[in-house]
Amino acid sequence: MAAMKRLFGRPEALRDVPTHYCPGCPHGIVHRLIAEVIDELEIREKTIGIAPVGCAVLAYNYFNCDMQEAAHGRASAVATGIKRALPDSIVFSYQGDGDLASIGTAEIVHAAARGENITVIFINNAIYGMTGGQMAPTTLVGQRTTTCPDGRDPRLAGFPIRISEMLATLDGAVYIARASVHNISHLLKAKRCIKTAFQVQLNGEGFAMVEVLCACPTNWGLSAPEAMKWVEKNMIPYYPLWEIKPLLKEGVVRD
Amino acid sequence: MEERLLMKGNEALAEAAIRAGCRCFFGYPITPQNEIPEYMAKRMPQVGGVFLQAESEVSAINMVYGAAGAGVRAMTSSSSPGISLKQEGISYMAGAELPCVVVNVMRAGPGLGGIQAAQGDYFQATKGGGHGDYYTLVLAPGSVQEMMDLTFDAFDLADKYRNPVLILCDAILGQMMEPVELKDEFITQLQPKPWATVGAKGREPNVINSFYVSAEEQEEHNIKLFTKYQRMRNEEVRVETWRMEDAEIALVAYGTVSRIAKAAVELMRQEGIKAGLIRPITLFPFPEKTIHDLAFNVKAFSVIEMSMGQLVEDVRLAVKGVAPVKFYGTTGGRLPTPESIFQKAYELMNELTRGENGCYEKIIR
Ligand SMILES: Cc1ncc(C[n+]2csc(CCOP(=O)(O)OP(=O)(O)O)c2C)c(N)n1
Repeated sequence: MAAMKRLFGRPEALRDVPTHYCPGCPHGIVHRLIAEVIDELEIREKTIGIAPVGCAVLAYNYFNCDMQEAAHGRASAVATGIKRALPDSIVFSYQGDGDLASIGTAEIVHAAARGENITVIFINNAIYGMTGGQMAPTTLVGQRTTTCPDGRDPRLAGFPIRISEMLATLDGAVYIARASVHNISHLLKAKRCIKTAFQVQLNGEGFAMVEVLCACPTNWGLSAPEAMKWVEKNMIPYYPLWEIKPLLKEGVVRD
Repeated sequence: MEERLLMKGNEALAEAAIRAGCRCFFGYPITPQNEIPEYMAKRMPQVGGVFLQAESEVSAINMVYGAAGAGVRAMTSSSSPGISLKQEGISYMAGAELPCVVVNVMRAGPGLGGIQAAQGDYFQATKGGGHGDYYTLVLAPGSVQEMMDLTFDAFDLADKYRNPVLILCDAILGQMMEPVELKDEFITQLQPKPWATVGAKGREPNVINSFYVSAEEQEEHNIKLFTKYQRMRNEEVRVETWRMEDAEIALVAYGTVSRIAKAAVELMRQEGIKAGLIRPITLFPFPEKTIHDLAFNVKAFSVIEMSMGQLVEDVRLAVKGVAPVKFYGTTGGRLPTPESIFQKAYELMNELTRGENGCYEKIIR
């Protein structure tokens, strides 16, 4: 009898441990997509991931590769240090919106401007998850959080930041995409974006980032299915999907 | 083979770092330490190392965190206001047990302060500096030669203890030129760092981290750190004592001030006052025992600083009331002179001896 072909299983780049994430939280989904990409590109043994403060701070327990935990907002600086020290390694950071779009804006802007050859996965869930649901720089106008209990008022708190569009203006940023994982078809496309962002690094092309729109059912006060719908209905119109800055030529260093 | 050269303190330090095997330098411009990044910008490419001007001191120290975590000898330098910004990263590195060298070419403070030499960052340097329970090793050079020699040692100590090492100097030491003996030694082979994150090839993944979910684990980790600091106290104390054999008054000073204090000792000796100098070279660990032991031999201590009374607190703790400890400080970038140190010491001795044999003046020629 022919050996059975394995069609689905845990990626090697993901450890066989339960995560601490809330029910319906997409952090686990995005971890898996990254792990699958790492496996497919066969780079696990030279990958170093960076998990800064945020709900995913414990990602170092979940990814089965070398990991560094970083201070809140500093992941892209830490990634810069690692990649410059070990140019042959593959370095990715996994940052929340509070981390990347608020306290770490200087770090991300300059990493992109320098064209650091790193891959950034940016989780935009429009809220501060770990600290219990405060307003994020990406919180939508009118969205309620514990620090804008009546909904975000732009006269007081300004407008949500579209970081991907901002970074796309920088010459050092080679590939910037925005994806969503609220349903299967989007999830599969999100994985393709993540894979491209790693390939850009493998090709030595420069800075690549994928923003992933994610639900936060717990802090949004919604059920998981409701939260997924909320992403589609409210976030995607404000944060348009897919290639914000496409590769000029697939897999080729720009001249 | 040693080469004799005339070098600026900051440049001597930078060259020593290169020779000590430092291969990543991340910095941000600030006076009076700019010669260090400028030297590194020229020199690092020649040795295949990394020089990167970061967007801020916060980023620079976090780049050091990443590079150190990847097992490379890494350094950053700055001056007082910039060092304040680095405290977050230094605390994380102490917590994650990462080796690195941080150079503080001190200027005046608080706030923006002036760019003249000062020693107001003593507390920050010696008491941890950032948040949490930790210490960094602190080396205080007193000459351009020591800027070199201690930088060599700093990298070894950082690796030995897996802990940040601070080099605490000031604008004068950084800027002045002195002849130095340049060791013809280039460190290329480092002790293996099996904990470093370099890619989990054929082994379980490594994690660089300062986060502990449970109080018990965090406590256990902190106690482990403090065992390390105790080892530093036992093994790494460095102090110079000069003309202390028969001294009745001990001047205590570090860095630039210790040089002026030496001139003051000479002056006092000429005037018949038996003075000597205690110069701490490590500020953490502090030469507590040396100072305490000498307290039984002297009539008094005069602590001289370019700050408003920081070092003096450690001296008092070391002396433990055995002898009186007087403070004399200048601040804001102003320097003490040998004459002013002499004057203060003279007044102190006079105070102490009055009533006994009248006036200390009597024993002065
Ligand atoms: C310097 C500093 N400031 C604040 C915090 C507290 N803090 C932890 S996580 C976080 C924000 C988390 O939000 P985000 O980055 O969006 O990630 P999420 O938890 O939503 O995944 C904050 C403010 C901290 N750890 N360090």
